[in-house]
Amino acid sequence: MTIARLVLWRLLQAVPVLLLVAALAFALEMVAGDPVTASLGPDATAAQRAAAVAQLGLDDPLPLRYLRFVGAALRGDLGVSTRLARPVGGLIAERLPATVELAGVAFVLSLAIGIGGGAYAAVRRRARSTRLLLLASLFGVSLPTFLTGTLLILIFAATLRVLPSFGRGEVVALGGWTTGLLTGSGWAALVLPALTLAAFQSALLLRLVRDGMIVALDSEFVRFARARGLSHGVVLRHALANALTPVVAAAAVQLGTLVAFSVVTETVFQWPGLGQLLVESVATADEPVIAAYLMLVALLFVAINLAADLLCLAIDPRLRVAPAGGA
Amino acid sequence: MRRLGLGPGGGIAGVVLAVLVLAVIAAPLYAPQNPYNLASLSLLDSLDPPSFLRGGIGQFPLGTDAQGRDVLSAILYGARLSFMVGALAVALAAAIGVPVGLAAGLAGGALDAVLMRLADAQLAVPAMLIALLADGVARVLLPRSWLDGAGVAILIAAIGLARWPQFARLMRTAAHLEGQRDYVAAARLVGIKPLVITLDHILPNVLAPALVLFALSLGLAVIDEATLSFLGVGLPPTRPSLGTLIRVGSDYLLSGEWWLVLFPALALAIPVLLANLLGDAIRERLGPRVRARP
Repeated sequence: MTIARLVLWRLLQAVPVLLLVAALAFALEMVAGDPVTASLGPDATAAQRAAAVAQLGLDDPLPLRYLRFVGAALRGDLGVSTRLARPVGGLIAERLPATVELAGVAFVLSLAIGIGGGAYAAVRRRARSTRLLLLASLFGVSLPTFLTGTLLILIFAATLRVLPSFGRGEVVALGGWTTGLLTGSGWAALVLPALTLAAFQSALLLRLVRDGMIVALDSEFVRFARARGLSHGVVLRHALANALTPVVAAAAVQLGTLVAFSVVTETVFQWPGLGQLLVESVATADEPVIAAYLMLVALLFVAINLAADLLCLAIDPRLRVAPAGGA
Repeated sequence: MRRLGLGPGGGIAGVVLAVLVLAVIAAPLYAPQNPYNLASLSLLDSLDPPSFLRGGIGQFPLGTDAQGRDVLSAILYGARLSFMVGALAVALAAAIGVPVGLAAGLAGGALDAVLMRLADAQLAVPAMLIALLADGVARVLLPRSWLDGAGVAILIAAIGLARWPQFARLMRTAAHLEGQRDYVAAARLVGIKPLVITLDHILPNVLAPALVLFALSLGLAVIDEATLSFLGVGLPPTRPSLGTLIRVGSDYLLSGEWWLVLFPALALAIPVLLANLLGDAIRERLGPRVRARP
């Protein structure tokens, strides 16, 4: 199966799932939404309401309304938030930069800590610093994200008072995008949230890299490379390259977990991103926003899984021979 | 414990965890205060530090919160709620996932394809996010007046719905393999009804891995509960779980009342760490076949 056909097949498989999630979002809107009152206000007469029902197409058959709902969603028209009285699409666009910057920095950080720490722990297997590193990784894997964040605030913001505990700091607007990566206070505000979000990932990656690296260092090709007289650094590079193959796949899948737990991190640090918007909307039962998130999450995870599969194919040519099955 | 082959670390973790859970279940027998009984609280006692610090009172070993509630009692009752929600949520996940997995594994064909496609699609999204969205959907669909009373039920349903695919996946594989055994073919030949074969012959033989997954999922479900309560979409401050306590306490982080966060945080972190150690030991013993996912 060629890569193009694989992508096409996977996208086709995703369509029923996406349509199902859209149906759930549509049902939510059907039960809770009241577009007539929303557009006319509570004082409208019965005749005005009937006219609005006809004009909005609310008396059309359900399948037709469902198709119209999907069509509107595809054009980015996701309804109007009942809590904030603003279009959901605009709200999401406004919150997107904060989340992308937080998740992006956390992802890079987790790769750096995970790969660097894992390689170190494998090379200096019995050092005391390695034991410390592994103990820290046990905490990183075990502690729930909100607890990591709260404890970091307790230490660095409440006790030592060296870093801010909430908000994004100063942001600079670049066209439609706001960035905190160009100001000092923006970076300072990013430290604790990014560490919190990266804690679980980096601990997990650290363990994966360490295991893979230990196997690689004990293998024939490394012993042979040493026998050939290659320098220590070059040998380590060969071993690391071999240990990383499963790690890249794991990291790509973990990108999804990162997105999920940015919801928690953003709440802990009052980070004005997509996750905070979702939590506030769930707490206030803001139906159009929740419906939009259902579809957004489904779409995002289809994309992440496809990207992870393609990445695996790119690294490990053996997978290309047999048709890749499963979801 | 040695007979189970869990090793010393897993054994100790298991024993301590069991003692902790029993202590929390029995909390109403010995807790200094009933934190739900507002009449027993006095605002004069509000924000007292722990008794081992200057200004603390012996009556409140871990200090008090802004309402004058004893933090130790609140933690004991909160942990009870957290553990109960976690256990019932996993029970719900198993109650959905086991039958679905059995049906998919034994029936095969289109039913199998549809059910497993559904399970896979849901598995791709972390359980916490699914639970949060399920919580949101429930809040939209249920009348507002129900929400306070149904908080616990919504939470259990949301977490249970988020975790069923793992049980379904595991049971499907096990049931599929078991269905090809000779004793099943023999039972079919004798003319025993398929439902009876499934329940009396196959189910007992595939239950062991489901029980292990059940145990491994408990800690994760407790974390799900604590996370949702921390986010403010779980249990209300009037009936606080550990997550609610940490959320309320974190408002006092910068003003110096650190005991409101640290003690509930430890009460959550210690059992979860122990459960992870125990889980690692069980996995080591059984091989990587069973794995709970965050």
